[in-house]
Amino acid sequence: MQAVAIAIPAIYRSTVGKKAVMAVTGGILVLFLVAHMVGNLKIFLGAGDFNHYAEWLRTAGEPAVPHRTVLTLTEVVLTLAVLLHIWSATSLALRARAARPVKYESRKKSHARGYATHTMRYGGVIIALFIIWHLLDLTFYAVNPLGSSATPYDRVIADFAPDRWYITVWYVVAVLLVGLHLWHGAWSAFNSLGWRTKRNDGFLRGLAAVLAVVIAGGFVAVPIAVTFGWVG
Amino acid sequence: MKLTLRIWRQTNASDKGRMVEYKLDDISPDASFLEMLDVLNEQLIAADEEPVAFDHDCREGICGMCSLVINGTPHGPERNTTTCQLHMRKFKDGEVIDVEPWRARAFPVIKDLVVDRSPLDDMIQSGGYISAPTGTAPEAHSVPVPKPDADRAFEAAECIGCGACVAACPNGSAALFLGAKVTALGLMPQGQPERWDRVVSMLDTHDDAGFGGCTLTGECTVACPKGIPLDVISRLNSDYLKATAGGKKK
Ligand code: HEM
Ligand code: SF4
Ligand code: FES
Repeated sequence: MQAVAIAIPAIYRSTVGKKAVMAVTGGILVLFLVAHMVGNLKIFLGAGDFNHYAEWLRTAGEPAVPHRTVLTLTEVVLTLAVLLHIWSATSLALRARAARPVKYESRKKSHARGYATHTMRYGGVIIALFIIWHLLDLTFYAVNPLGSSATPYDRVIADFAPDRWYITVWYVVAVLLVGLHLWHGAWSAFNSLGWRTKRNDGFLRGLAAVLAVVIAGGFVAVPIAVTFGWVG
Repeated sequence: MKLTLRIWRQTNASDKGRMVEYKLDDISPDASFLEMLDVLNEQLIAADEEPVAFDHDCREGICGMCSLVINGTPHGPERNTTTCQLHMRKFKDGEVIDVEPWRARAFPVIKDLVVDRSPLDDMIQSGGYISAPTGTAPEAHSVPVPKPDADRAFEAAECIGCGACVAACPNGSAALFLGAKVTALGLMPQGQPERWDRVVSMLDTHDDAGFGGCTLTGECTVACPKGIPLDVISRLNSDYLKATAGGKKK
């Protein structure tokens, strides 16, 4: 154990180690996203179920552990994961910039992988801004039209009301970016951890694509359904 | 063929450098790209001008000396082909062709299109070898190698160390080169004793030389004249993580 503890900072300093950290933290975030998405979809079961679920998030584990223990622990892990993920992404991006001080004159067209690969960095920045907005909206209620006295269900319905269509657009764009991020990212993560082989590559690409589509689809369903009046 | 060339000219490492335009008439479509540059250089010498410096040696696609980013693509438009094996019939009559050196902090320009690729040699020196007794070569069949391993090792061993992967990579990473070496040697029984030291030393040398980190854009494998597949990088990652986090490196 002690040897491993000493080794980790050295591993992290390497370009391969930074990608491994991104893969592990990205994986934690993906697991969270799946759970979060499933929770959101409860809105289709009605106000009672949805509000009860929101309440359960805070009471989970009681009475074995005090109120909000599980939720607070999850928040700590997620915050650490996001910070490490962004830290690694930034440090690799700075390294990449330094690695080619003189650019090519003839603009190099990309010959490989599609669109998703080239949106990882700025797409990630937009996702980070979205996470901040989203927390201010539905966690701290600062930018929510109803605020803390309403129920979680009413806050969502008010958030995506038809006359606030621009908020719906913003959520949909951000979530589609998350899907794009995972299209490349989830596949890339298997590589970063060294699990990809010639034979499983098609499977891993498929898995990443399914994950991206399911997560993006599951998340956009809620704001769209509210704006079009299918729930609420 | 009539051609307009825009070539990077740089007197020495401290010169700023610039693109310079040259016109050529009457180039045979059967000439190789380097033969076309030879024709240009003969004209420049006849006109008492400095010829364009570029790297080359075997001119048959095996040594890894030729380079050149042609119209933004390392080794030019034809897949799986080195610059020396590229022919002018792949271009259109009257085409404007941009010719630039490999661009990477680790590959400083020495002159015109010639860059210093010694960081690739440094990586080899730091781990791209096996220990073997000198003298008569041992009987090849005395150490059995599973056929799939032999095939994959052979595929990775095709890397000629040209550096096109670095030139193509938006991150300026040499991960494909590194993956090719780690895969070719690490799959062979003869490569086992140094396997875990090799991957760590070679990656350390890579990172210290100022190459970027791989983000799996896949540009390298498209530019690679030997078509080294992208999955060698997964093997590089796997061996590195096993050597370090997995504690295999003693
Ligand atoms: C918060 C802002 C974010 C930024 C700035 C960011 C940036 C990046 C960048 C630059 C990459 C590297 C791509 C590559 O090297 O191939 C990446 C990979 C990845 N991201 Fe994010 N990302 C963010 C948020 C997220 C979120 C919310 C998730 C969870 C769904 C996520 C999941 C992943 C995964 C799984 C990878 C693959 C890791 C790997 O390549 O090994 N990221 N991210
Ligand atoms: S991997 Fe391909 S492009 Fe890179 S050095 Fe080897 S032969 Fe050249
Ligand atoms: S000159 Fe030897 S590979 Fe092109």
